[in-house]
Amino acid sequence: MTSQPNKLAFNSGWQYAAAPEGTDHFSIGKRYGLFINGEFVKPATGKYFNTVNPATEEVLARVALAGDEDVDRAVAAARKAYKGVWSKMKAAERGKYIYRIARILQERAREFSVIESLDGGKPIRESRDIDIPLAAAHFFYYAGWADKLEYAFPGRKPAPLGVAGQIIPWNFPLLMAAWKIAPALACGNTVVLKPAETTPLTALKLAEVISEAGLPPGVVNIVTGAGKTGAAVVDHNDVDKVAFTGSTNVGRHIMMALAGTNKKYTLELGGKAANIVFADAAIDQAVEGIVNGIFFNQGHVCCAGSRLLVQESVADQVIAKLKDRMETLIVGDPLDKNTDIGAINSAPQLEKIESYLKIGQAEGAEMYQSSCSVPKKGYWCRPTIFTGVSQSNRIVQEEIFGPVLAIQTFRTLEEGLTKANNTPFGLSGGVWTDKGSKVFKMTQGIRAGVVWANTFNKFDPASPFGGYKESGVGREGGLHGLGAYLSLD
Amino acid sequence: MTNERVAVAKTYKIYIGGKFPRTESGRYYPLESAKGAVLANMCRGSRKDFRNAVVAARAATGGWSKTSAYLRGQILYRIAEMLEGRREQFIAELQLQGVNRRRAESEVNASIDRLIYYAGWADKYQQIFSAVNPVSSSHFNFSVLEPMGVVSILAPESSGLLGLVSNIAPAIVGGNTCVVLASQSKPLCAISFAEVLHASDVPGGVVNILTGFKPELTGQFASHMDVNAVVYCDGTVEIAKKVQELAAANIKRVVARVARDWSGDSAQDPYLIQDTQETKTTWHPIGS
Repeated sequence: MTSQPNKLAFNSGWQYAAAPEGTDHFSIGKRYGLFINGEFVKPATGKYFNTVNPATEEVLARVALAGDEDVDRAVAAARKAYKGVWSKMKAAERGKYIYRIARILQERAREFSVIESLDGGKPIRESRDIDIPLAAAHFFYYAGWADKLEYAFPGRKPAPLGVAGQIIPWNFPLLMAAWKIAPALACGNTVVLKPAETTPLTALKLAEVISEAGLPPGVVNIVTGAGKTGAAVVDHNDVDKVAFTGSTNVGRHIMMALAGTNKKYTLELGGKAANIVFADAAIDQAVEGIVNGIFFNQGHVCCAGSRLLVQESVADQVIAKLKDRMETLIVGDPLDKNTDIGAINSAPQLEKIESYLKIGQAEGAEMYQSSCSVPKKGYWCRPTIFTGVSQSNRIVQEEIFGPVLAIQTFRTLEEGLTKANNTPFGLSGGVWTDKGSKVFKMTQGIRAGVVWANTFNKFDPASPFGGYKESGVGREGGLHGLGAYLSLD
Repeated sequence: MTNERVAVAKTYKIYIGGKFPRTESGRYYPLESAKGAVLANMCRGSRKDFRNAVVAARAATGGWSKTSAYLRGQILYRIAEMLEGRREQFIAELQLQGVNRRRAESEVNASIDRLIYYAGWADKYQQIFSAVNPVSSSHFNFSVLEPMGVVSILAPESSGLLGLVSNIAPAIVGGNTCVVLASQSKPLCAISFAEVLHASDVPGGVVNILTGFKPELTGQFASHMDVNAVVYCDGTVEIAKKVQELAAANIKRVVARVARDWSGDSAQDPYLIQDTQETKTTWHPIGS
């Protein structure tokens, strides 16, 4: 093992003073209705559920539970807005409404950032610097497409589909809402969106923005609830298009539910990305990339680099540096600007992650966790790595969706590539090497929709995102994300 | 007693991995002319034949997907050349299956021209569908198409040659390999087309062609876990439902091309190539 003379020592001597973001510059309602036809309405079910701050286990608000009747009302409102207003509006005007959403989001960015961190547990640094700016950028990007669609599809006449039913996950709540809503509206569709049940608040705040932007009633409808509400959206006869981001299992059920209907669909599903580090890589940069790949957003990332494949000759060195770096990661209050890793999104998710920690050890792998302290209340998981794993281990094959990295080694390029591709998933991948020709050999060989070379977990509205194989169908983002919301006859 | 020469009839077999085996099942179905004469005993392909074909198709993906676009274009062009040279044979086969001479001629001509059309796309579709994406951070970011892998194709029932060619060509020009189920009622040209492929420098396994019963094999084409995409060209809502339900097992891409007229120019375009392509986006930092 290479010696480590300059061990990182962030926790000795210097103390970090708490630097929490303020929460006094905005308000969260006590209770939220469903956003249907331009106004917040009571649910026909009469039921509400709690949304909880995963860092404190305190209830943030009560949120309406949409049932079949509510979904029906939302779809009817979307259909009416589609027929009466949105499909008839000049495309350039449609675009201007979407630009407005982008602008208001930028103005209210800090409010959204804090609420995102409160409701979902992600570090404020991430919601402030990544989630919210990217969400605004997504609206801005697609706004401009509204009146230029025919240039995207040579020889075709693009036309909107109608009503889009969209179901989004809890890991990037507002950003996923933007990924879904922005292209749908730009292409001339209207929307019924169902946010995840653990993170509904920023979508409901987005409803305020949509009202503030003056969008015609019914163009965007937001129905909150859990899986049953989502199923009602998918199954609704008057929905023309389903867009889903979530687990491969649910995606499979949605694909089956849509069989025999004419509904178009896009699915963004699970992943188990390999981050491949060659001996000739810039090792310190690669270690940063590994950390960003798996610990970004508590590992609640479908494209997370949850498998590390490191070339044997540098494996000891990389693992030693990684362990040192893990020691410096601060786990705790999501609102604190020093925090690197926030709260696990929910109790069930923490339970799932912990079950995999047991599975990994039972399979014979060696577990290492950083020694950091974690708060007493709330849901937390220390950054974790497993070494001594084999390709068939469940922690190598299955998506954990937490800050848990499985580390394997390889000798030759071919072995690295074969191991990387030995998975039913194909969402993303990473490669670290200083050699240009090797970059291209690897990025071409990895069977995945997004490949990061000498970087990881980067996103942009102009950049298409989506998986090969069981990681999903279709692309979101960029020019390629438009096709999902258009008929192209 | 006359001294007329006795004709040699052709045995129609299936085409897997560049070879012409009989179906492993030993089953057959008689193909009859309009007047009830037996034209051929076609192989009634089985599940096992299909699985063997998928193994051959998977094995061929590595080489074929890495074949240069220029060479793929030349190979498709070569298929057209071989078909042109055998025009009379295909016209006669179509006539045997009940197509009149004039229509048979135009179907064979259109099939040759369709191959030329897609041969020309081999090194161009990428330029139409790829993109350099202007991301805000300091990265070079681009999206390109890559073949999905193994594509299973349930070829059109009504168009024995042109329908078959119109679905094979866009799949393989994009670097995919495929397993095709020929028209059940018009299967002769499919097997003769396999002979054309065999003589055209198309590597074994890139195209595999089975004959058999569609209702029996549709489920296999849709459900196989090592098939990346399924293309189907006929069928009712029930069939569409069944194909997609089974395809969901491995989130297979489902491409429906039902109720199409394969004879017109509108039956060919680069979007049919895109149907069996994935978009891959690559990021790299820009720095020193």
